[in-house]
Amino acid sequence: MIEVRELVKRYGAKTAVDGLDFTVRPGTVTGFLGPNGAGKSTTMRVIVGLDAPDSGSATVNGRRYREHRAPLREVGVLLEARSIHPGRTARSHLRGLALTHGIPARRVDEVIGLAGLSAVAHKRAGEFSLGMGQRLGIAAALLGDPETIMLDEPVNGLDPEGVRWVRTLLTGLAAEGRTVFVSSHLMSEMAQTATSLIIVGGGRLLADTTVAEFTRAAAGATVQVSSADPARLRDLLARPGVTVSGAPGSDELQVTGATARQVGQLAADHAIALYELRTRSESLEQAFMALTGDSVEYRARSTA
Amino acid sequence: MTATTSLRPAQTRAGTAYRVTGLGVLRSEWAKFWSLRSSWITLGISLLLLIAIGLVAASRYSPQLASEQGKHHLIPVGGNAVAIALAGITLAQLATGVLGVLFTAGEYSTGMIRSTLTAVPTRLPVLWSKIAVFGVTALVLGTAGAVVAFLGGEHFLAGQRIALTLSSSGVLRCLAAAGGYLSLVAVIGMALGALARSVAGGITALIGGLTLLPLLANLLPANWADDVSPYLPGNAGDAMFALTRDSSTLSPGAGLAVFAGWAALLLALAAWRLARTDA
Repeated sequence: MIEVRELVKRYGAKTAVDGLDFTVRPGTVTGFLGPNGAGKSTTMRVIVGLDAPDSGSATVNGRRYREHRAPLREVGVLLEARSIHPGRTARSHLRGLALTHGIPARRVDEVIGLAGLSAVAHKRAGEFSLGMGQRLGIAAALLGDPETIMLDEPVNGLDPEGVRWVRTLLTGLAAEGRTVFVSSHLMSEMAQTATSLIIVGGGRLLADTTVAEFTRAAAGATVQVSSADPARLRDLLARPGVTVSGAPGSDELQVTGATARQVGQLAADHAIALYELRTRSESLEQAFMALTGDSVEYRARSTA
Repeated sequence: MTATTSLRPAQTRAGTAYRVTGLGVLRSEWAKFWSLRSSWITLGISLLLLIAIGLVAASRYSPQLASEQGKHHLIPVGGNAVAIALAGITLAQLATGVLGVLFTAGEYSTGMIRSTLTAVPTRLPVLWSKIAVFGVTALVLGTAGAVVAFLGGEHFLAGQRIALTLSSSGVLRCLAAAGGYLSLVAVIGMALGALARSVAGGITALIGGLTLLPLLANLLPANWADDVSPYLPGNAGDAMFALTRDSSTLSPGAGLAVFAGWAALLLALAAWRLARTDA
């Protein structure tokens, strides 16, 4: 369980995280989604105590990370930035971390096997490909057999086989009742792995939802209607929560906030002939872009 | 086919009691130090410089050369048997100090610090462990190197007027102090590396502090320079392992106190920076 409350983190004049508030629960994979620079990596750094928040708090299993007696046991973390000395072998790297907690050498070999690194365990990390480096980072995250696993962009640089391995691993960990928190800037990637979704933009929370909910909202987001009297239909549709747009002189209107069924019924009640009525589905990626794009616009306006 | 490996470790959760301990962090830093090739190479270079230069200085000793005043030699050819044995310490200290910088600043330049501090989020035990690991290593190897250089030099100096043996008054004290000096240089290197968080910055500060500062002090008006100069890190350190002293240098005990004071000051600043600022 990760709880982030009213978190604010500034770097000089730049506010990287601006009042984030969310909870990551055990038993599911929670996606942490947002465009680059949305504050995902900063939030993760604050959660594991690498950066101190300006205000607010981040706790793991009820305590601040540094207050745990065995932090590697509570949270296994893979950060986006490389966190390995290139001069050490994979095994030496993991052994160095294991010794701090009294984790036996047997467990080091176990996670090396789990990450598929047995063949290169005695190779220096500097010779690793990007994908092998990611696997070593994930092996380190699993070292303490943690209740919470937090990975920043874990599929970066992985080949398709590696991507599938990460997905299977994450859903497996969640199925064991662990808390799994994974960041990405790709909606399509999250849709395949995550159940819950936390979407951020410009350091703020944009949505705390589930993939199913988000998909449902994206599907049938817009109703397109062609009619004999678009101007009148437009007036009839006007009510809070409904937005209508359409080019002047065109028969066509785009309606959001109302279903095709409601639009059709309304037209029939007022004897407006419809030529076309259909629901347009957005792709998840489009819906995500629309959501985060708005946040950027909003920020630009508010600072002007 | 994907094997259905259990993600749980072989032992059950209830049976394990992992915990961060001071001893664990110390063992971790010990393993991290010796698992890098650069540690072995730099320590080897440091020992080689210390011993080889001491031997060369002893082999080239002659009373005539020693009495030529005003001539500068890269390797000192005069003085006493201890000064000759420790002729290499000027260069050996640079290798030792650089390794100290690498041991701390290297964590930042490689990103390893993020792994290190997520394993030990209380942070300070990491610094103390690094100091203990490399401080003690430098003390032991530095003292051993000084003794080897002295014993090797004895062979060349036998029969000369300046010849001394290990049992001569002050000799063992000087050789042990040379090890202590290298150990404190290692500590200063680690502290500067942790302060600068950059290998280049740390090495620049190290060389500047140990070798350039005493030269700059010579630019001061003479009466000031005489007051300030003995307390500069390089000069105070040199006083630690000198067999004889003159009016312009500190006693060995005072030299140790001043040089250790410099190391303690830098270490305190490094600890403050590590504990208080974002990694």
